[in-house]
Amino acid sequence: MTDSVTTCDEHGPSPVLENQPVIVEVRNVNKAYLRGSHIIPVLQEINFDIREGEFLALMGPSGSGKSTLLNLIAGIDKVDSGTIVIGGVDITALDETELAHWRATNVGFIFQFYNLIPVLTAFENVELPLQLTGLSRSERRDHVEMALRVVNLSHRMEHYPSQLSGGEQQRVAIARAVVTDPTILVADEPTGDLDRASAKEIMSLMCRLSRESRKTIIMVTHDPKAAEAAQVIRNLDKGSLNNAHP
Amino acid sequence: MKVPVSYSFRNLWTRRLTTILTASGMALVVFVFAAILMLAEGLQKTLVDTGSYDNVVLIRKGSQSEVQSGIERLQASVIETQPEVAAGAGGRKMLAKEVVVLISLPKRGTDKPSNVIIRGVSEESLAMRPQVKLMEGRMPRPSSSEIIAGESVSRRFTGAGIGETLRFGMRDWTVVGIFDAGSTGFSSEIWGDADQLMQAFRRPVYSSVIFKLRDASGFDAFKARVESDPRLTVEAKRETRFYADQSEMMAKFLRILGTSLTIIFSLGAVIGAMITMYAAVANRTAEIGTLRALGFQRRSILGAFLMEALLLGFIGGAVGLFFASFLQLLTISTLNFQTFSELAFSFTLTVEIVWQALLFSLIMGFVGGVLPALQASRMKIVDALRTT
Amino acid sequence: MRTLKLIIRNAFRHKLRTGLTILGITIAILAFGMLRTMVNAWYAGVEASSANRLVIRNSISLVFPLPLAYKDKIRQVGGVNLVSWGNWFGGVFIEEKNFFPNFAVEPKSYLALYPEYVIPELQKKTFLNDRKGAVAGKKIAEKFGWKVGDTVVLKGTIFPGNWEFTIRGIYRGKDRSVDETQFFFHWEYLNETMKKTAPRRADQVGFYMIGITNPNLAGEVSTTVDGTFKNSLAETLTETEKAFQMSFVSMTEAILVAIQFVSVVIIVIIMAVVANTMAMTARERIGEYAVFKTLGFGGWFIAVLIFGESLVISLLGTALGIGLTFPVAAAFADYLGTFFPIFFVERETVYMDIAAGILVGIVAALFPTWRAVKIRIADGLRRIG
Repeated sequence: MTDSVTTCDEHGPSPVLENQPVIVEVRNVNKAYLRGSHIIPVLQEINFDIREGEFLALMGPSGSGKSTLLNLIAGIDKVDSGTIVIGGVDITALDETELAHWRATNVGFIFQFYNLIPVLTAFENVELPLQLTGLSRSERRDHVEMALRVVNLSHRMEHYPSQLSGGEQQRVAIARAVVTDPTILVADEPTGDLDRASAKEIMSLMCRLSRESRKTIIMVTHDPKAAEAAQVIRNLDKGSLNNAHP
Repeated sequence: MKVPVSYSFRNLWTRRLTTILTASGMALVVFVFAAILMLAEGLQKTLVDTGSYDNVVLIRKGSQSEVQSGIERLQASVIETQPEVAAGAGGRKMLAKEVVVLISLPKRGTDKPSNVIIRGVSEESLAMRPQVKLMEGRMPRPSSSEIIAGESVSRRFTGAGIGETLRFGMRDWTVVGIFDAGSTGFSSEIWGDADQLMQAFRRPVYSSVIFKLRDASGFDAFKARVESDPRLTVEAKRETRFYADQSEMMAKFLRILGTSLTIIFSLGAVIGAMITMYAAVANRTAEIGTLRALGFQRRSILGAFLMEALLLGFIGGAVGLFFASFLQLLTISTLNFQTFSELAFSFTLTVEIVWQALLFSLIMGFVGGVLPALQASRMKIVDALRTT
Repeated sequence: MRTLKLIIRNAFRHKLRTGLTILGITIAILAFGMLRTMVNAWYAGVEASSANRLVIRNSISLVFPLPLAYKDKIRQVGGVNLVSWGNWFGGVFIEEKNFFPNFAVEPKSYLALYPEYVIPELQKKTFLNDRKGAVAGKKIAEKFGWKVGDTVVLKGTIFPGNWEFTIRGIYRGKDRSVDETQFFFHWEYLNETMKKTAPRRADQVGFYMIGITNPNLAGEVSTTVDGTFKNSLAETLTETEKAFQMSFVSMTEAILVAIQFVSVVIIVIIMAVVANTMAMTARERIGEYAVFKTLGFGGWFIAVLIFGESLVISLLGTALGIGLTFPVAAAFADYLGTFFPIFFVERETVYMDIAAGILVGIVAALFPTWRAVKIRIADGLRRIG
């Protein structure tokens, strides 16, 4: 385990990961891109596990493939070879439609540029993933309000993204990510577009999600401060994983 | 699972200028489309109303209209004796021998001349045409130089109003009454005593013979007999068919002109819609990626963008129809190529035209939006998200 | 020149969008040009009129005839050097849709009045000597495959019966404004037949066509002729050929007005489309325009960029549209054949096309330019990131 003092410790002790079940199994994953007639290998023979409740940071220089790996785990890209099993489901064997279904309830996304829908209010943005479930209108309302409470934005529910600051928008995005109580939370450079103060706020929020709500979080970042919040850090270099830094 | 409709609607609202411009283009197209349909409907109505199914019109064989035709007095008498001719009140035969000529009259205001039909009628003429009613003044006295004018003619031509005088055939004729013929072609005619007119124009022959059938189904037998009779050189048609044929060329011309124009215009509007929708997709690439990442299916994305395009079309259609409905206040008068005389008709809006126009606008929206919507749905999630 | 290069590159940044816009403009200009050509075709008869010819008809309407006996009195009117007469025959060749204008005319004087109908001398002589001979215009001769010597039968509508003619001559027009779809034959043939079958209708003409020595005499001659026959059985109305042709056009004025209105509508529609394209394009590039401003370029430069792009797109579409108008008009002329005998694209139409294209380009760029020029640099830059 890491011995440096992290912001997350304020929110509670980190779980003993060895006792936790493996929730994500990545086995022999390879991925390459086709640029014209060139084949550019991005990921080579990636093998690792993620345990339930783990807060993982994927780091590496630009072009190392960390975002690609994140996309594969999140089910928005397909492996060339290998398997990824999440919560017992081999997502590499699912077809488009099944994958879409799976994503709706199993993955929560947090993007660098928030990616909120500009014509929907904060409330409606958070409600969006719930439209894919069978919940009734009032049930959805309850979930949304709860998620917004978690991120401390209940008072800004009816505002449009253009009326919110960067930090507030990212918080709405986090609320949207957790509203379906997903199996894993996936974050791609969540603090990349924020100032120092807002970044700290967001990381604090993610720490709470990790320690208090026991969420499994996989985060890609190049910000060492953000990485401090993680329990496990893995480095990617030229498509291969280095050993974990516990 | 679907993307809510409010998403599509609000996106249109956010880019108001673009929405207004695109919808306006479509509105104009629907306006023209509706106008053409309304015009054809108006023309049709004029035809259908002019003429009764159980009246028969006879003109000389080979003539294309009453104006070209000539039926000798003797021939007219032979027709009068046919058994199919109905008898009216007092035993009088429901048959009229009419003479039809064209005169050139100047239009009120512009003084530009146009051809107007003068019909010399006999006593039964009015009875056989229930669509025609005297609305002002009185009927002409027999053997006088008095005439009555159709409402449309009296309004648009100099000298054809009540109390006014027209001069032709070396005589002055006074308009003593105005008749209302609804939307029928008779509105564009002037009627007078057949004998008086024949004298004035020195025409000893009639133009046509019209009679009411005793039995509406007796037409075919009548036609067969009369057209093979060696004493006669005539052709018989039901009155409804007769008038329909008269405007066939006109209707066809309008239809072809109208259809080609609509096709061209709709191409322009569809291109406009396509440009708008492609731009919408391009600007919302990240959004599309996000929605897909969240778990929305490809077809939901397709549906959302199609809905936007359909809404665009619908708005355009509604606006276009709204303005087209005002056309009903206009009357068109032009030369009927076949009869060489003035024909006046107006735009008529029917429920059928309304939904045809709306359907057309939806189709335009669909055609304009389908390719961009397909492009949106086919995007790979990672490509869409990468553009941030 | 560097600015022009920038403008052109910008215009083709979004190939699909620019392509679609150009396509739209092409269609609009094509439609506009075709509609104008159709309007011109309508007036063709008016344009082809000669200032030296007058038409005399019954003052009541064309439907009433004039006595043949009038010809002597007409000839005596000062200023008149040629008198011809004829009837609109309105015969049908096989079926109604094969329409072409056919007349019975006094042949020698009629041909003298119409020097623009060019016939080889030999054919002319044979025609004049054959009572049942006929002359047909090149266009209809080609359409129906008639050659000199062929027999042609017309079904009479106004003058009933089947009328047999022998083609003795085929005329061509002196220039392209001349109608080459006319068919005329000897008036005597018509009159003789009428004397036998319907004597009441004999010795009547539908119209007189007269030639005057000097166009300026038109008014005087008209008044004199009409005055001569006032208060007689058939009063006359004499007018210049141009006025006569115009009277037909004005009877269908409503349609012409509608067509002209519609041709404007199509331009308005495409203006909306192009304006939309420019508005979207400009909005997307606000950030870039802000950068230009930070570098020191003035608002006028931005205006040039936007107007330039709009005009490049518009003029490309216009050029394509004009180019296509000619083959399409030729195809239409074939299809419409005898209903619009003169159907070709006039130079004036091309000028109007260009004007319309420029107008579209300018109007479309107005609002986006105003928006772009007004924006403050800071606001514009914020939009990029």
